[in-house]
Amino acid sequence: MKKELKLTVNGQPYELYVKPGTLLVEVLRNELDLTGTKRGCESASCGACTVSLNGMAVKSCTILALQADGGDILTIEGLAKGTELHPLQKAFLDHGALQCGFCTSGMLMSAAGLFHEKPTPTLDEIKEAIDGNICRCTGYNSIIRALSAVARGEYKEQR
Amino acid sequence: MSKYNVIGTRVHRVDGPDKVTGKAKYTFDMVLPNMLYGKILRSPHPHAKILSIDTSQAEKLIGVKGIVTGKDTLGKKQGIWRRFPELCDEEMICRSKVRYIGDPVAAVAAVDEDTAAEALDLIEVEYELLPAVFDPLDAIKEDAPQVHEGVELNINVTRHIEWGDVDEAFKQCDLVREDHFRCSSQAHVCMETHDAIASFDHSGKLTVWTSTQAAYYMQVLLADMLGLREGDVRVIKPPTGGGFGSKFELDSAQFCASLLSMKLCQPVKIVFTREEEFTASKRRTPMIYYTKLGAKKDGTLLAKEVRVITEGGAYTSMGATALYLTGFFSSFPYKYPNYRYDGYRAYTNTAPTSAMRGFGAPQAVFVGESQIDMMAEELGIDPVEIRRRNGMTPNYEVPGQANIQSCGLHQCLDKIEEHIKQRGKLPPNRGIGIAAYGFMSGGIFNWFDTPYAFSAAVVRINIDGKVDLFTGACDIGQGSDTTLSMICAEELGVRLDDIRIHAADTGICPPDLGAWGSRETLMNGNAVKMAAADAKRQLLEFAGAKMGANIVYDLDIKDRWVHLVDRPQKGLSYFDVVKEAIRGKDGEAIMGRGHYTPHRKGMISPAYSFGVQAAEVEVDPETGRYKLVNVTTAHESGTVINPVGIEGQLEGAIMMAGGYGFCEDQPMDNGKILNPSIGDYKLIRSLDMPETKILEIDTYEPEGPFGAKEAGEGLTNPTAGAIGNAIYKAVGVRIHDLPITPEKVFRALRAKEQARSSK
Repeated sequence: MKKELKLTVNGQPYELYVKPGTLLVEVLRNELDLTGTKRGCESASCGACTVSLNGMAVKSCTILALQADGGDILTIEGLAKGTELHPLQKAFLDHGALQCGFCTSGMLMSAAGLFHEKPTPTLDEIKEAIDGNICRCTGYNSIIRALSAVARGEYKEQR
Repeated sequence: MSKYNVIGTRVHRVDGPDKVTGKAKYTFDMVLPNMLYGKILRSPHPHAKILSIDTSQAEKLIGVKGIVTGKDTLGKKQGIWRRFPELCDEEMICRSKVRYIGDPVAAVAAVDEDTAAEALDLIEVEYELLPAVFDPLDAIKEDAPQVHEGVELNINVTRHIEWGDVDEAFKQCDLVREDHFRCSSQAHVCMETHDAIASFDHSGKLTVWTSTQAAYYMQVLLADMLGLREGDVRVIKPPTGGGFGSKFELDSAQFCASLLSMKLCQPVKIVFTREEEFTASKRRTPMIYYTKLGAKKDGTLLAKEVRVITEGGAYTSMGATALYLTGFFSSFPYKYPNYRYDGYRAYTNTAPTSAMRGFGAPQAVFVGESQIDMMAEELGIDPVEIRRRNGMTPNYEVPGQANIQSCGLHQCLDKIEEHIKQRGKLPPNRGIGIAAYGFMSGGIFNWFDTPYAFSAAVVRINIDGKVDLFTGACDIGQGSDTTLSMICAEELGVRLDDIRIHAADTGICPPDLGAWGSRETLMNGNAVKMAAADAKRQLLEFAGAKMGANIVYDLDIKDRWVHLVDRPQKGLSYFDVVKEAIRGKDGEAIMGRGHYTPHRKGMISPAYSFGVQAAEVEVDPETGRYKLVNVTTAHESGTVINPVGIEGQLEGAIMMAGGYGFCEDQPMDNGKILNPSIGDYKLIRSLDMPETKILEIDTYEPEGPFGAKEAGEGLTNPTAGAIGNAIYKAVGVRIHDLPITPEKVFRALRAKEQARSSK
């Protein structure tokens, strides 16, 4: 039996009908075609599926879609505003904080969650915020440098 | 001012904007109209005969569209060592026998993944269990079960390398050490698992989108295994979520999706689960090392003898190359006048072992660099000094094997020595260990037997000056699309954003052997540079005529300005020249072609990178737990094309190679991998990552594009060895088997204490 689900995703309201067992990540990827959100494991341990739910970074494979009913979700597709990249995205490009890119969406959304909570995080807070996100390419330090630069205010949001 | 406008500058990755905005579509993300979803049934047994397969119940399940078993295949076996048919030993769906837990026995296509998974449960396979063998040392015993019929003692491949008179040289040594080491396996853990979408149409053509390091190899192997002409198979590599050596062999996602699509004439998508990725894709080759090293009192290394037995797993895969390279790189980066290597690869009933970043060299370097530190200590010589005394130098010939041109090893040693001095006196239980290494810039061996050039590129200049670059190179995250675009822009004299790269689509790009063996920058870079030079020459012909310049003057293009080299202010706009040149060619776009195959460069590689790494650890002597504090690397890659790319390769290598030294392992029980999930397989995460530092070394490689050579895999080689040496410096225990877990350090510390107190 499918159930009704109301979500706001990247500012757009949706009304959907989903099976009770459907995960949030499945709705985002399969129903809304927002494939920027990835899946890298089946054990909630890689972080590739991280999105922002009501301002908090969450692993969208650990949440049933119906648990997010009424929620306000931001995915990687909603981070840039039109042609203007988000400061975090600019910092990632400048610092070479991505390679294969498969973890990048989740990494950016974990970072977005951190900066939402703490606009000027410390180095340790930055490292902790992305500790749940596996990156097999970069060795993390370029990501940490990018986020540190944002924390220092080197990337002002132009909105 | 740099003589280059593009190379050596800090640029954004060309695929960066799509990746930071989530727009990049990986195979994993793609959906085609009318697409079906496939799943693969795999053997739960390490060794068994297949007596029968009954698919009738599964076929009845609503939503199941097709099932294939070994009977639906051509019955062929495949492998990358195509020059040696006996080493092409892997069926893509087993017909009569399974050889490891994970061997494919059937595949299903259904309307969705859940239905396909349900159908797998309904397939009845009757097996007759066979005795199995797991340890390579057991596998080579007389009475061991045979993994492949007719393969004596389960010895799959042997390799012998020798020069000088090793036995005589050992007699002249003042000190000879014999040591034994074991190197563990490692999983690649690409963030995107193996996946493929195959679409066969009624005109007989197959298109496959897949996460691969070698689109051309996949085209050739799929054509061969499916009975198609190569030209009827088009392989397209969308953005790919990592490879690290795991994605240049034909895999069961690609093959089964293709076979099902050929049967159904519908697109079929197969994505490995993370568990399949751990258990049924390939992995780093575990190795057992016996090594004997002889030196004079002054630290001159006279002779080395190495014997290696590798755990092959069920099939040859690229493990034969790993066996060869571990032997070759066991002599690196030193000038051994006498050297002997004997390697044996044993078949076992475990997941096949194969290529992984470093390709046999990280094992060789862990062993070799541990032993050389032990030798140095016994001789009372400083670790840097013993390496300096024996290290390779430019234009050195590895006897009968390789010609080294550029080599910055001694500069690297100097820089690392300086770094160690700067760290000053360390607190107790801290230590710095070093490891020196070298690596190849692409392999010369052509075991695949391609008739094509190893790399090729086409450059097309359009009327607006925009340049289309076509290459078979495969960007799997390492950044070849960016590096090759930079080489193209530099050679042509335009800007990076004038280049649009089209890569790794066998339908439109020239063949390239792919992203493995650290070959793309040098080999494909040379092809791209040649293609750009060819296109530029055509533009300069027009410009020369137009400018009426004295023919003794050379023309060049820099930053979109076509000019006389000696009088740079005299020139024409690149855009104007392009427009006129195309008109002058009767409207034909300017096309440049380039290709590269190494010739007369020895047997191994056209060029070698070198480096020295220092790892600093802090050990808790009570628990054996240790922290990687700092990893500093002096690496020389010739001219640096893409500095941001090299930093990324370096730091990423430390995460992966540090993991190999520190925590990554694949324990097994009767052939079953016990930790097939990202939660259970321990990886270095952001909080474990050490501080990393790069010490830049200038060298120039005459064989490379603009003097460049590899910077991909070599960096994976030193870390495990440097960690081992650092632990010894910190607390005086030597760990001989990887990974160097805190538990092993703890036990070694206890053993040392007991030995002391019992004295």
